[in-house]
Amino acid sequence: MASQQDSSAYWSKNISIIKGCLIVWFVASFGMAILLRPLLSGIGVGGTDLGFWFAQQGSIIVFLILIFFYAWRMNKLDAEYGVDEE
Amino acid sequence: MDQFTLNLIVVGATFALYIGIAIWARAGSTSEFYAAGRGVHPVVNGMATGADWMSAASFISMAGIIAFGGYDTSAYLMGWTGGYVLLAMLLAPYLRKFGKFTVPEFIGDRFYSQTARTVAVACLIIASITYVIGQMTGVGVAFSRFLEVDNATGLYIGAAIVFCYAVLGGMKGITYTQVAQYVVLIIAYTIPAIFISLQLTGNPIPALGLFADATSSGEPLLTTLNGLLADLGFSSYTQQNDTTLNLFLFTVSLMIGTAGLPHVIVRFFTVPTVRDARSSAGWALVFIALLYLTAPAVGAMARLNLINTVYPNGTTEAPLAYDQRPEWVQKWEQTGLLTFTDKDGDGLIDYTSSKDTNEFDVNRDIITLANPEIAQLPGWVIALVAAGGLAAALSTAAGLLMAISSAVSHDLIKSQINPEISEKGELLSARVAMAVAIAVATYLGLNPPGFAAQTVALAFGLAAASIFPALMMGIFSKRINDKGAVAGMLSGLVVTIVYIFLHKGWFFIADTASFSDSDPLLLSIKSTSFGSIGALVNFIVAYFVSNATEDTPQEIKDLVESVRIPRGSNAAIDH
Repeated sequence: MASQQDSSAYWSKNISIIKGCLIVWFVASFGMAILLRPLLSGIGVGGTDLGFWFAQQGSIIVFLILIFFYAWRMNKLDAEYGVDEE
Repeated sequence: MDQFTLNLIVVGATFALYIGIAIWARAGSTSEFYAAGRGVHPVVNGMATGADWMSAASFISMAGIIAFGGYDTSAYLMGWTGGYVLLAMLLAPYLRKFGKFTVPEFIGDRFYSQTARTVAVACLIIASITYVIGQMTGVGVAFSRFLEVDNATGLYIGAAIVFCYAVLGGMKGITYTQVAQYVVLIIAYTIPAIFISLQLTGNPIPALGLFADATSSGEPLLTTLNGLLADLGFSSYTQQNDTTLNLFLFTVSLMIGTAGLPHVIVRFFTVPTVRDARSSAGWALVFIALLYLTAPAVGAMARLNLINTVYPNGTTEAPLAYDQRPEWVQKWEQTGLLTFTDKDGDGLIDYTSSKDTNEFDVNRDIITLANPEIAQLPGWVIALVAAGGLAAALSTAAGLLMAISSAVSHDLIKSQINPEISEKGELLSARVAMAVAIAVATYLGLNPPGFAAQTVALAFGLAAASIFPALMMGIFSKRINDKGAVAGMLSGLVVTIVYIFLHKGWFFIADTASFSDSDPLLLSIKSTSFGSIGALVNFIVAYFVSNATEDTPQEIKDLVESVRIPRGSNAAIDH
């Protein structure tokens, strides 16, 4: 088991990865699909605008990428700090 | 072969498969019963989670809601998928590391309080029972429409099947049955969608067809649809009608509600490692996304097909005459879910946006089921859709019943009433609790309380306002203590319930409601969107109460410390 200091460094690294991922999560759904939709209405996608595409498809695709990215990044972090499962 | 025999064969074959799996996957220990022995591969677990999560609501109702709601209903699509991001990053890996069996158990241990555990059990049971009623009603409807038995008989058959594999196999039986059910439901959902997408756009992938050109007009499908809707006076499909604030809060509520629903969370207790818990959330979303990326296409295409059926020569020409209506319209008329009233007496089906002149009412819930008939697909596709609807309803019902029975046997009987109970005794009491829960759910499915539909908002509100914040604070803060957690959960719960009752009437008695939904006085925030505010109240109250009272004991700080680190997850298995 890693030292006290190591484990708190591991945890703060995890928190900053989560923060980064959740910013992307927020922008892809609440941002592009709801709050920023009026600003993006000029960009057309198949008969409608980019905001509509994000609301019905884009956000879900971004969510998928995010979860797998997080899983991959954390597995790497676990190994770096020696806290992975044997 | 007639449609009825075909339905019987396809549905019967799927049921035989489920029972076969139940016999193969019998549970022998409490670990197998509650957590499938923690031996489930993450991809398999992801698939089971997908079936567990996608209920009759996702399979039967969602495409219809989208078809008639357009852009505003994107909240369902984003909310019911975005919650998995929160699960994967904020809850699943840590709860797996904790390594116990139930959600209330984590809350009770982390906040060193039986009160906290009991509050969590109460939230869990209310939220789960509400959901089960909906599933059981769905089972009854699917049976009576496709197998021509009466509602009650259909419900008994469904309950008997769930009883077989849930009581015998526990989580192990449920998990492997859900994998089979996922396969059935996703095939049943996508095959008609592919056919319809090919007919309308020439593109075999519905999600791409949604943004492709319609073969009939040469213009994009959505432009075509908006044009037809405008001709008939309906609001545009792609335009926002709800307020931005409500849309935002509704999406937040659905996301954190998803992440807080106990029957979804416990799925991540079944995988072997913390590493697997992270990727399993991703796999769950892959399998859910297959349906959720198809649903908006099904919705828009069904709306287009519906208008084209009623106006075969275009919206500027006269609509279809009633006596020339297709066979599927006649069939659904018999169920009362689709009605025609000839208000102007001209014998034509006028389908317009105005309440006074519209003569054609289509219940949203029939869209998915009627879809293959509207598109004139072969009989086996229709039989498959019936089996898919049943798979969706049964898999979710089993997951919910599992959550209820483990809360009763593990969190109430084992932890509070009789801690000395043997493993065999606990297993027996879990099975009895499951049987009782099935009986209660069947009874409520036969006699659905009048307020069943409204309580869905309550179930989501409860999960969002009480369970999700408590779990998250338990992991991400060492400072939140027992008093803070209990005060937070109760206040989140109370404001959410009061807000819902103010809109829907106290205890759902309609005359006692003080506000209409979307009241400008309350910033047009609907009661279904309030879970997000309830969660915020929970966080704030828990923070201040904890800081005003004593610090958490050292052993709790150590517990939080250990939950945060993956190493040592094996040790938790045999506790």
